[in-house]
Amino acid sequence: MAHQVESERLVSVFAYPMPYEWSIGLYGSKFFQEIKQNRRFVGIRCNGCGKVYVPPRRVCGPCFQELAELVALSDTGVITAFSVVNYPFIDPNTGARRPIPYTYGYIKLDGADNIFSHIINETDLSKIKVGMKVRAIFKDTAEMQGNIQDIKYFDIVA
Amino acid sequence: MGRRVAIVGVGQTYHKSHRPDVTSREMIREAVTAALADAELTIRDIDAIVIGNMDHFESINYVDTYSVEGSGGVMKPIMKVSTGGTTGATVAIAAYYHVASGLFDRVLAIGFEKNSESDTTGAIITCSDAIWDRFSYSGAIPSLATEATAYMEKYGATQEDAAIIGERDRNNALNNPFAHLRRPLTVADIMASPMLAYPIKLGDICPRSDGACACVLAADGVAQKIARKPAWFKAAAVRHTYTWFGDSTDYNKGLVSMQRASKDAYQQAGITKPAEEIDVAELYLPYTWAGLKWIEDIGFCGPGEGVRFVRDGNTHMGGKIPVNPSGGVISTNCIGATAMLRVAEAAIQVMGRGGKRQVPDVKNALATGFGGCFWSDVVILSTERP
Ligand SMILES: [Zn+2]
Repeated sequence: MAHQVESERLVSVFAYPMPYEWSIGLYGSKFFQEIKQNRRFVGIRCNGCGKVYVPPRRVCGPCFQELAELVALSDTGVITAFSVVNYPFIDPNTGARRPIPYTYGYIKLDGADNIFSHIINETDLSKIKVGMKVRAIFKDTAEMQGNIQDIKYFDIVA
Repeated sequence: MGRRVAIVGVGQTYHKSHRPDVTSREMIREAVTAALADAELTIRDIDAIVIGNMDHFESINYVDTYSVEGSGGVMKPIMKVSTGGTTGATVAIAAYYHVASGLFDRVLAIGFEKNSESDTTGAIITCSDAIWDRFSYSGAIPSLATEATAYMEKYGATQEDAAIIGERDRNNALNNPFAHLRRPLTVADIMASPMLAYPIKLGDICPRSDGACACVLAADGVAQKIARKPAWFKAAAVRHTYTWFGDSTDYNKGLVSMQRASKDAYQQAGITKPAEEIDVAELYLPYTWAGLKWIEDIGFCGPGEGVRFVRDGNTHMGGKIPVNPSGGVISTNCIGATAMLRVAEAAIQVMGRGGKRQVPDVKNALATGFGGCFWSDVVILSTERP
């Protein structure tokens, strides 16, 4: 704890990292294993409503039932929405400033019914539009760590 | 069917970007004292308290106990409710449930935030999924921006169309002595402001404010003795979805949680033509495009008609259904209190205590809360005891 003087009133400062560990779950783990082994995505189908979720998870929220039918998907999708992030901020994942600008995108992966959020490798507003097709660019297999950054970003292909 | 419930007193602090003169608890006490004074009650008259702010913001947990000196909750039934951006509305609705249940006659609802003591963007990032979303997510602005890009693509709305909402709300704030940003902002100013995350510019987005808000709710039979003109709850609806953006957003359908919550609220209130039957709305519009798109989801106009509806002046003061006489979220945003300010300002309109921001002859007022990954609360207050 440090203290700074601000006129007569003191301010108490806290500036230490707080580490956590989160379980990814069985199907979430399969998602990253599929990327590492086959360089493609995997989703999961709900037998109640027919919806294909990606990433795969154990329960369909609206149906509130267990899911089990994994569905192999490709590595392509379509931009449903995006934004080019242009303001500086501290990334709570790293404690350091996240590099800007970068493009935050919502992508409908081919064969899935919900949206996947990730980074799109294009910050020039004249070259990106809702509806464009994109392809995932993965890390080299040897560098993969079984997390979301095994996908480097999505490239616009058309 | 629960008991009938009304808001009989409201209080709010003034709003600034930084209140180093007080701690959160001291700031809460300012709002509570004002609400009790408005209802001409003392803390001894209060049977129970519901309080909330944003999880992770100031890194203060258990705010129900942290705040007891400010809330007046020492050794009273008190609970914390925290639901992200909707918190203030959900707290008000939880207080409504308390009174409607028949267990408590007079309940205090409190929302607060000291944004100046939080890393707002960092804290909001931690609301997104740690495994899937947090790596690419960068706080409230870009997720809202994605909605704007999808809306512009679908209906051809422009950045100038959206800027009208900012101009409208910031102009309304001039009539509200409690508002944080009380300088007019024009469409041209907004268009010239720095691009934060395309297409959201500095002038399109809400500020970060310090402030607190409190409402006193009372039961039928008690409310009439406290207030000359109680603001009766006609409806309260909560629709919360996912913190996973991929599941909570469907831009072909619109803001589904708002559609569902408002539909439920209209059914509760017996309202069939919202734009005709609601006299004023205090909407949680954290960015300008929401003022075009979400009025479609609430049913003030049809899908894709938001731009025309706003450009025709329907939502301006003096229009068919004035939106945000207080100046709204774009003028004041103490996040855990922001949605309660919508409910409180709607109550002020129903009670006829709005001063320069009062809309004439209000019978029904609608308030909304909006949260994080696109979830919604809706409250309808009325001069008419339901
Ligand atoms: Zn299902």
